[in-house]
Amino acid sequence: MNAPMVSVTDLAMGFGEVTLFEHLSFEVERGEVFTILGGSGCGKSTLLRCIIGLETPRRGEISIAGIGRPNLDAGRPPFGVMFQSGALFGSMTVAENVAVALKQWTDLTPDAIAAVVLAKLRQVGLESAGNKFPAEISGGMKKRAAIARALALEPELIFLDEPSAGLDPVSAVELDDLILSMNRAFGLTVIIVTHELESIFKIATRCIMLDKATKGIIASGDPKQLRENSTDPRVHSFFNRLARSS
Amino acid sequence: MEFLALPSAPPELRLQGDLKFSEAARLWESTRKRIDTVKAGETIHFDVSRVDSVDGGTMALLVHLRNELKFRGVRSEFIGATGRVKELVHLYHGDEAPVRVAARKPRGTFDQIGEATLSIVSELREVLGFFGAMLLGVVGLLREPKTANWKEVPYLMEKTGADAVPIVVLINFLVGFVMAFQGAVQLKQFGANIFVADLVGLSVTRELGPLMTGIIVCGRSGAAFAAEIGTMKVSEEIDALRTMGFGPYRYLVMPRTLALMLVLPLLTLLADLVGIAGGLLVGLLSLDLTISGYLHETQKAVRTWDVFSGVVKSVVFALAIGLISCQQGFATSGGAEGVGRRTTSSVVTILFSLILIDALFTLFFYFFGL
Repeated sequence: MNAPMVSVTDLAMGFGEVTLFEHLSFEVERGEVFTILGGSGCGKSTLLRCIIGLETPRRGEISIAGIGRPNLDAGRPPFGVMFQSGALFGSMTVAENVAVALKQWTDLTPDAIAAVVLAKLRQVGLESAGNKFPAEISGGMKKRAAIARALALEPELIFLDEPSAGLDPVSAVELDDLILSMNRAFGLTVIIVTHELESIFKIATRCIMLDKATKGIIASGDPKQLRENSTDPRVHSFFNRLARSS
Repeated sequence: MEFLALPSAPPELRLQGDLKFSEAARLWESTRKRIDTVKAGETIHFDVSRVDSVDGGTMALLVHLRNELKFRGVRSEFIGATGRVKELVHLYHGDEAPVRVAARKPRGTFDQIGEATLSIVSELREVLGFFGAMLLGVVGLLREPKTANWKEVPYLMEKTGADAVPIVVLINFLVGFVMAFQGAVQLKQFGANIFVADLVGLSVTRELGPLMTGIIVCGRSGAAFAAEIGTMKVSEEIDALRTMGFGPYRYLVMPRTLALMLVLPLLTLLADLVGIAGGLLVGLLSLDLTISGYLHETQKAVRTWDVFSGVVKSVVFALAIGLISCQQGFATSGGAEGVGRRTTSSVVTILFSLILIDALFTLFFYFFGL
C-alpha cells in the first residue's frame, strides 16, 4: 500500500511566546489537490514552511512520500515549491530560472536543458518570455514562471503559497486551469495555501481550515460540502463570505 | 458653521450648518472650553439635529470629545442625528460606549538596556549559527565539490576585482602622493629627501596598500553582497534556493568569498605599485629626486616580506569582507528598510574588523620580528 504523499502528526509551531497552531494532524493522498485554508495570521504559510522544511516545528512528525521530514541540506528535495511572490532569481532570465535546478541535478547537456526549459515554459504559456528578466514581466507571469521552475525536475508533489493572491480575475482563473491540468495530466499532488474562494471551489478536492483562536483545524473535507453542510459558524462565515460578529 | 452652547436642561451643545474639517480648529477650541466646565455626574449632549453636513475629520473630533466626557463620568450623547450625519456618528462609533485605548508606554532606560542586551545576544547567536552553517557547508563541499556555484567565481572576480581597478588606482596613488608630501615637509628640514622613498614604500606595502584596498572593496563589494543577499532573503529567493536543494552557503557565500580572496591580493599588489608611483611623483616634482634614485631607494628599503605581509593581510581582509557581508545579508529581515539597515551594518562591521585585523597583524609581526 502506498504511503500518503504528506503525513502530518501532532504538529505544533509558534514564534517566541506566540503559538500559531498545535495538535495538527492530517494526511494528503497522492494525486489530490489539497488546500490549507484559514483567515490571515492563522499560520497557513508557516504550516507550509514547516512541511517543506524551511521552519522547524516545536513538536510533531512530518513525512513526505513516506521518507520522513525533508532535509533541505541533504540534496535534492522530492518536491517543488512556488512561493507567494514567485521568488524568481532577479539576476537570471526566466529561462535561466527554470534551468537552474536542471543544471544542478541532472546530467543533461545544455541543448537538452534548453529543450526541457522551453517545454516547461510552453506548458505555462511563457515560451516567449524566456529571455526576459523577472523585473520585466507581470505578477501573473512571475507566478507561472515560478510554477515552471518548481516543475522542472518533474516532482510528484508541488506546494503553492497563495498562487492567485494579487492577480486579476482572468490571470487567477488561468492559473487555476493550469494547476488543474497539471494535476489531471501528471497525477501531480498539489498542496495550496490560499483563501481565494473561487479557486478553492474550482480546484480543491479536499481542504483543512485552520483557526487562529483555537490554534487548530476546525474543518476538513470537500470544500463544497463544507460550504453546504458545515454547522460551525466560523466555517460557514468563511465559505459564505459573511462577516462574523465578534 | 455655528456653535451654540445653550443653557437648556439638560445642557446641550448645539451644532448647526456645515461642519468642515478646515474650520475644525475653532470648533475644537470652543467646544473644549465649554465641556471643560462640566463635572462628573452632569449631562451634556451634542445636538446635531441642525447640522446640514459634517465631514469625517470633524466627526472624529466630536466623537473624541464625547468619549472624553464619558470617561470623566459625564452623560453625553449625540442627539437629533438623521440621514448622513447619523451614519457618520455610527461609522465613528459615536453611538457606542467608548473603549479606552491604552497609550503605548514609553520604554524606560532599563527596558532599552535589556532590549539592547538581548539584541546583542541574538545577533551573536545568528553570527555563530552562520559560521556553524558555513563550516558544515565547507565539509559538504569537500565531499561534493560540484555542489558549489563555482561557475560564478570568474564573473564575481570581474565585478569585485577588475571593476574596482580604477578606484583602487586613483585612491592609492593619492595616498602615496599625500604621504610623500607630508613626509617631505619634515624630511627636507634634515636634508633627508631621499628617505621619502623609504617612508612611502614601507607604509604602502605593509599597511596602507592592503588597508585602503580592503576599505574600497568593503565599500563596493561588501555593501553590494550584503544588499544583494539581503534582497534575496526578503524576497524569498534564499528559501527558493533551499527548496531546490541548493545550500545557500555553498551557492552564495563560498563563491563570493573565494572571488574576494583571489582578487584582493592582486588589487593590493596594484595598490602598492601605484602608491609608490604617487610618492615618486612628489619626489620628482618637489624633492629634486631622480626616478632611478627614488626607485633604488625604494628597492633598498622594501623587502620581499614587506610586500608579502601586505598580501597575507589582504587575504584575511578578503575573508572578513566576504563572510561578514554575506552574514549580514542572511540576517536581513523586514523588507527594504531591513536591507538598508543590514547594508550599513555590514560596512561598519567590516571597517571595524579590518582595522582590528590590521592591528592584530601589526602586533603579531612586531612580536615575532617580522
